[in-house]
Amino acid sequence: MSNIGSYEERLKDFKWEISETELGYKKGGHINIGEYCSDRICRLGKGEKLALIWEGHGGVHKQYTFNQLRVLTNAIAQYLADLGIKPGERVCLFMDKVPELYFGFLGVLKMGGICQPLFSAFGAESLLTRLQDAETTAIITQKKHVSKVRNILNELPHLQHIIVVDDDKTKPLREREKAFSMDEVKPLETFDIYPSLAETPSVLHYTSGTTGKPKGAQHVHYSLISQYITAKYVLDLQDDDIYWCTADPGWVTGTSYGIIGPWVNGVTQCVLDAGFKAETWYKFIQDHRISMWYSAPTAIRSLMKEGNEVVQKFDLSSLRHLCSVGEPLNAEAVIWSQEVFGKPFHDTFWQTETGSMMICNYPGMKVKPGSMGKPFPGITATVVDLKTYEPLPRKGVVGLIAIKPGWPSMFRTYWRNEEVYRSKFKNDWYICGDRASIDEDGYFWFVGRDDDVINTGGHLVGPFEVESALLEHEAVAESAVVGKPDPVNMEVVKAFISLKPGFEASEMLDLDIMNFIRKRLSPLAMPQEIEFIDRLPKTRSGKIMRRMLRAKEWGQEIGDTSTLEDE
Amino acid sequence: MSELKEIVLNYVKKEYLDEDDDREVTYSTPLISGGIVDSFSMVSLKRFLETKYKIQIPDAKATPEAFDTVDNIAVLLKEFGKE
Repeated sequence: MSNIGSYEERLKDFKWEISETELGYKKGGHINIGEYCSDRICRLGKGEKLALIWEGHGGVHKQYTFNQLRVLTNAIAQYLADLGIKPGERVCLFMDKVPELYFGFLGVLKMGGICQPLFSAFGAESLLTRLQDAETTAIITQKKHVSKVRNILNELPHLQHIIVVDDDKTKPLREREKAFSMDEVKPLETFDIYPSLAETPSVLHYTSGTTGKPKGAQHVHYSLISQYITAKYVLDLQDDDIYWCTADPGWVTGTSYGIIGPWVNGVTQCVLDAGFKAETWYKFIQDHRISMWYSAPTAIRSLMKEGNEVVQKFDLSSLRHLCSVGEPLNAEAVIWSQEVFGKPFHDTFWQTETGSMMICNYPGMKVKPGSMGKPFPGITATVVDLKTYEPLPRKGVVGLIAIKPGWPSMFRTYWRNEEVYRSKFKNDWYICGDRASIDEDGYFWFVGRDDDVINTGGHLVGPFEVESALLEHEAVAESAVVGKPDPVNMEVVKAFISLKPGFEASEMLDLDIMNFIRKRLSPLAMPQEIEFIDRLPKTRSGKIMRRMLRAKEWGQEIGDTSTLEDE
Repeated sequence: MSELKEIVLNYVKKEYLDEDDDREVTYSTPLISGGIVDSFSMVSLKRFLETKYKIQIPDAKATPEAFDTVDNIAVLLKEFGKE
């Protein structure tokens, strides 16, 4: 019997207070995510239960109990407090998926800091933008990534501490750098955990939009109420589950359900810090008897591409429940997983801004391959008219996905950007920025983004950020960046570039520009295709008409060209 | 063949390792499964090989397996007459 039981029955009797009661949280009382994910689990008698089973490159294994999680996160919290980092200050986590990343997250929260996890593949420019915006006080990183920080240090006057977790003393540390070793630090039995309240800021997750720089969606400790119960109901986490979330904690899935969800539920999780290879992934599932697997459509499609023969080589009978996140899961992938794993991947829809799952497929509920599913109990979701933001009365009509504000994990603001935050709410609805329709049975069906944001491999890339970076290349006069269809990643970045005089299109220049963006921003933002053109299509007022370029890539109607600048 | 491998290895070190990343990378070091070159960056490595050796590598041949080590890449390039 699943935790959610009957979805229809849960809809009738659900209240967020159920989650509060199960967690022993009383309104107005203290709530600290770090404490709930470690100390409370130990108080429930699970101190000797494994919290983390970690596997790194070259088959290195480490494992930690909940008690070790508790005392080591205490030690990290104390270390940060001893450095003089104050509650409310931002602490960036910029690491690969090593144990220090997971433990560091809870450690920062325990001392009242605001966590700012960033994807470790970000280049210096992506890092700079986000650290400047947040006026980050400290960054916890690894030797291999520290040069990116060094290269931008002069532009970060607020950054006081660069904490290197794997310093091997072969080279001297530099200005503002210090070494911290989780393997050598003395575990700390008692730490005076910061008395955070429901609305105390907890995490800043940066997310991209069509225009402007990436924005920090700011969450609070009360988000735990949503993350606990959605992990319990949607992922159906059971006490004896071995859970694997493949998402990187640089992104919201990797924190909400790669750290908080499993640990607040007292469930053992596995983490694999290795590049993608189908055999490696299947062996990981087999070796650790993984029962609940939360992954992404890009990964699933990559596994499909590797073929079914490789699946047969492994015993994956431990898999009990599968879920997917990041971009819409195509029907073919759902059907494939039913064939090879004996059960379908259940798609889940949510965002950086929502902090937890919104529209999902539930255990026991019929899965319609390709559908987003239905709203989580306690979430009021609909589709609204594109102009009036009124709920559409008829089924099957495409509108904007809209959610009634007020669920526990709703973001509280964009960091120091209240204006843009307020613009996300129209007619008393939070507008997600995606389009969908609802069928006669109440299932949501994703159509696409309502803006120019590119969703590549489940991660959002803002065209403005890429275009701005392209302009820094000596050869680029102007650029427009759109998403181009891709069978594995759904979309990849394509750049249209007009060159400055004196530069000519060539394969070498193409490669140079690709690498320029990959290293400055990230591999995700790297244009996988570049088309050199003489002139970009623009309106008479000079605005680049990305939608025309995008429509061509997707084989769609170009639409109204009446405002197009004359040739 | 060893000159080709050296060229590819030097390119990988230059383009995919940060300044302070002093990991040892050899012809047999796993690049993709070892997390040195991710699936998105593999596109730029493929583009480098195509540009450098004036070949077109079909998508079906540009698999994580084929690109996982410099040795594997050399085997792939041999199919296009490059050694």
